[in-house]
Amino acid sequence: MIQTAEDLRATVFSVLAEIAPEADAASVDAAESLREQLDLDSMDFLNFVIGLHKRLGVEIPESDYSRLSSINGVIAYLGARAR
Amino acid sequence: MYEFRMPSLGADMEAGILSKWLVQPGDRVKRGDVVAIIETEKSDIEVEIFASGQVEKILVEKGQKVPVGTLLATLATNGEAAAAPAPAPKPVAAPPPPPTPVPVATPAPPPPPAAGLRSSPAARKRARELGIDLAAVTGSGPSGAVTLADVEEAVPAHQHVHPVARNMAAELGIDLSKVTGTGIGGAVTKADVEAAVRPAALEEPVAPRDRAAAMRRAIAAAMARSKREIPHYYLATEIDMSRALAWLAEENRRRSVEERILPAALLLKAVACALREVPGLNGFWVDGAFQPSAAVHLGVAISLRGGGLIAPAIHDAGRKSLGELMADLRGLVQRTRAGSLRSSEVSDPTITVTNLGDQGVETVFGVIYPPQVALVGLGTIVERPWAKDGMLAARPVLTATLSADHRASDGHRGATFLAALDRLLQAPEKLP
Repeated sequence: MIQTAEDLRATVFSVLAEIAPEADAASVDAAESLREQLDLDSMDFLNFVIGLHKRLGVEIPESDYSRLSSINGVIAYLGARAR
Repeated sequence: MYEFRMPSLGADMEAGILSKWLVQPGDRVKRGDVVAIIETEKSDIEVEIFASGQVEKILVEKGQKVPVGTLLATLATNGEAAAAPAPAPKPVAAPPPPPTPVPVATPAPPPPPAAGLRSSPAARKRARELGIDLAAVTGSGPSGAVTLADVEEAVPAHQHVHPVARNMAAELGIDLSKVTGTGIGGAVTKADVEAAVRPAALEEPVAPRDRAAAMRRAIAAAMARSKREIPHYYLATEIDMSRALAWLAEENRRRSVEERILPAALLLKAVACALREVPGLNGFWVDGAFQPSAAVHLGVAISLRGGGLIAPAIHDAGRKSLGELMADLRGLVQRTRAGSLRSSEVSDPTITVTNLGDQGVETVFGVIYPPQVALVGLGTIVERPWAKDGMLAARPVLTATLSADHRASDGHRGATFLAALDRLLQAPEKLP
């Protein structure tokens, strides 16, 4: 399954919306920290990673969490693996 | 007979609103079933029943606010049920069919074509959907057969409902027979359903803004009582977390993403084990005396995304494996934020843990939640210079605090607890 960056972006936001319902693509700065912008705690972030895993089948080890700090980071990371 | 009463869902609760019954007279329930939704100042709680039997009478109607302890319903417990048949006949919920596969009985069989009564298959199907008796429909087809058009004709005017309106009504739980249609031929339109919603919405007992205010009041009352009545003493210690975090990282490497464990769960486990070692902190202060609790039900303070907090309990936290504790914690956070907590989760924490680590706070001294006698505060884990055996190194460090009720324990006891917590976290692999 090859995903375009646009597909990935839509998937990422739909997973985010389940965790932080007030999050919307327009108000999130894709280059800035997700946890800070959306006030995600570690449980929210874990649910985010689980959600991405369920949708895309990507294994995300804990040691890679730091690469998922912003939307841009998440899309770059997943883009290299979700295929 | 079992009496189902308004439960106390937290020490600060005086009354609750019965927002929904999930059972009706005649229904069979078993211990642990969720039978009603009660709205408190803080949240909607799914209330479980602690007996098995058959619902006899429902004494408090939906929407009523009643004090804790009010009789809500009665239950004929097993054995009695036969002697006291439920007054409300409930043919629909008749005993479930035997487990043997009876395919014939499952779908409603098409009405047998009685003499002189003929109908097309499409007409029969539509009649079943609409609940129309074919015998009462005048057929216009060959030999007087009832056609699909005849069935549609036979639908009473108020039953003409636009599909969008029907879906909307189903979602909102609106009874369509009570909606006046304004469409062509009296058909019910989406606007009609919307109009019917408005009065119902006004009956909603608490609007979201009131809910936030009510939660603020509930927290204010409990915290003011705590500071008025409880002589708090406070202790803090710094714990080297390098072993615990290294062990957890290794453990998580072996686990699938769904089974990964957060440091918070490991900390809860260690707190529960330390509490089992050190008495005097786990239990309640009631009528001038400390009542210890044998089981450790950890109240976990969970902040809500719109503000406010709830501290539901993880039961028997000391006996649960780390994986179970993590699953419980995840479920609890999810249900708290979704507003679907169970009554057993909110009623009886024996001590509370507050973890402000995610906010970057290093030290938190909490306010005890009465009638509990202690509160454990956990801060964020930060890298700090750490001197040990004459060597200086950078280590991840956690500040753990204890706020405790001086009526129930002394500082020495509290210090023993924090020391036990530290010791347990230096050997996480040994946690039972």
